[in-house]
Amino acid sequence: MTFDVKKQAPNIIVWVLLLTLPLWIEHAGSYIQLGTQVVVMALGAMALNFLLGYTGVLSFGHAAYFGLGAYGAGLTLRYLAPSTGSAIVVGVLAGMVAAAVIGPLIVRLRGVYFAMVTIAFGQVFYFVAFRWNAVTGGDDGLTNWKRQPLHVGPMTFDIQSNATNFYFFVLAIFALAVAVMAFLLRSPFGRTLIAIRENERRTRFMGINVNLHIWLSWMISCTFMALAGTLYALLNNFVDPRALFWTQSGTFVIICVMGGMRSFWGPLVGAAIFVWLQDYLSSLTPNWQSFVGLVFVAVVLFFPRGVLGILRRRALE
Amino acid sequence: MSFLNIDNVSKHFGSLVAVDGVSMKVEKGECRAVIGPNGAGKTTFFNLITGMLPPTKGSVSLDGQNLAGVDPSQRVKLGMARTFQITEIFPELTVRENIRIPVEIAAGLRLKPWMPAGMAGQIRDRVEQLLDEGGLTRIADRFAGELSHGDQRACEIMMALALKPRLLLLDEPTAGMGDDETHAIARLIKRIHRESHMTIVLIEHDMRVVFNLADRITVLAEGRPLAEGTPAEITANEKVQAAYLGDAA
Repeated sequence: MTFDVKKQAPNIIVWVLLLTLPLWIEHAGSYIQLGTQVVVMALGAMALNFLLGYTGVLSFGHAAYFGLGAYGAGLTLRYLAPSTGSAIVVGVLAGMVAAAVIGPLIVRLRGVYFAMVTIAFGQVFYFVAFRWNAVTGGDDGLTNWKRQPLHVGPMTFDIQSNATNFYFFVLAIFALAVAVMAFLLRSPFGRTLIAIRENERRTRFMGINVNLHIWLSWMISCTFMALAGTLYALLNNFVDPRALFWTQSGTFVIICVMGGMRSFWGPLVGAAIFVWLQDYLSSLTPNWQSFVGLVFVAVVLFFPRGVLGILRRRALE
Repeated sequence: MSFLNIDNVSKHFGSLVAVDGVSMKVEKGECRAVIGPNGAGKTTFFNLITGMLPPTKGSVSLDGQNLAGVDPSQRVKLGMARTFQITEIFPELTVRENIRIPVEIAAGLRLKPWMPAGMAGQIRDRVEQLLDEGGLTRIADRFAGELSHGDQRACEIMMALALKPRLLLLDEPTAGMGDDETHAIARLIKRIHRESHMTIVLIEHDMRVVFNLADRITVLAEGRPLAEGTPAEITANEKVQAAYLGDAA
């Protein structure tokens, strides 16, 4: 294997920016927690994009797995164990198990039918969290818990009160998750997913069990989405049912489309734009969502392949 | 028993009888053309062979194995590969990637989340070999969706061959092509047939292609078998002339 600088340029740029973020974020007029939020939302969007951009299947119910991860982590810290590690494991398992069970029920559906049914399943979890006051805190959200310092052997990392440490903790998990997704997408299995996106009929007539492959892609996507959910809960030390609401699923779809769903890093760019816009506009107006909507419409009309899609086209020309 | 044995298959869509009691036996290494006027039921007949549609009556067997209830993707594993009347390729991938995917599938890697040690070179060599055989090397790095119709068809045929089939089914391989492209595709099919002794069943409209390629010809008309024989026999058959060749003239 040779190291192709031109091909690796996007990766190098992304990692340099992310690793140095604590050094420049305040000079850019922002703050570290916002950077952490970008990384968390990017992980969720990249998880969704595994299914959306690389398998060609549109889910409008990924908030369910994001929320299950968030509640799994929050409930663990609130009721079970004061351990950040356990919280993440429980949250991810919750999302993975739900996806494994729901997957076989929906992988036969395509297009808008698939999207509608994923919304329906997602709303089930939303209403459970909303109604089950005694455990989840209902509409007020789950409070009275905090992410815990990290103990690794004899060492302790303070990710509780030190925002920069927490940023690097989230970034390390992000790096691992993204590496696994990238590795899978370059494998023969990953190429069968891209084949399904490109032409399902052709893929079926190559002897691929398309529903099985979509189910596996769905599982991988939902599991990483749950991981993003656990980090989201840990970031805020709080979860409420909106993390499970279907508009949250829409947010992830918007992020993927804005950044570019055919580019690996597109959702990261989309997440940066979305989180920053949300932060900036919501300080100016309570109607910030209208303006995010306008930006989204503009992107879809003028850059149908997202922001990174445009950059890539430039590079090709 | 013949290699491909189609025994008295029928397909009804409600009251419409698209295919009505057709039998066909194809021997190993044979190139068989199925012809007939528009609406003769050729494509439905093809779909019964590949399992896209279940027959209302009758049976299909490949190499002695009855295929009743075997779905299309399983039929591929048994050695059936097909192309479509409207080319089905991966438009946003390069030609090389279009070929690479079926090569990996044929190598049994469909669910492998990593490339097994030592396989990468073998896969690459096979891809380059197929690109070369299909005359696609010069366009290997272009996106399949932006190729000419003829090149897309050649790509699709090589994708089917990459699966190492025992039976290759081609649904109107030269449909909608100009003379040059038609010749190129016919040459490609002929070479595949001659060099690998591949068993081929093809539907085709262009009579020059049919008479040039086929060992035997089956003629369908209104869903029923009208005649079967060598190209010379079919040319001489008066029923065929009346029903089909007469129309074309």
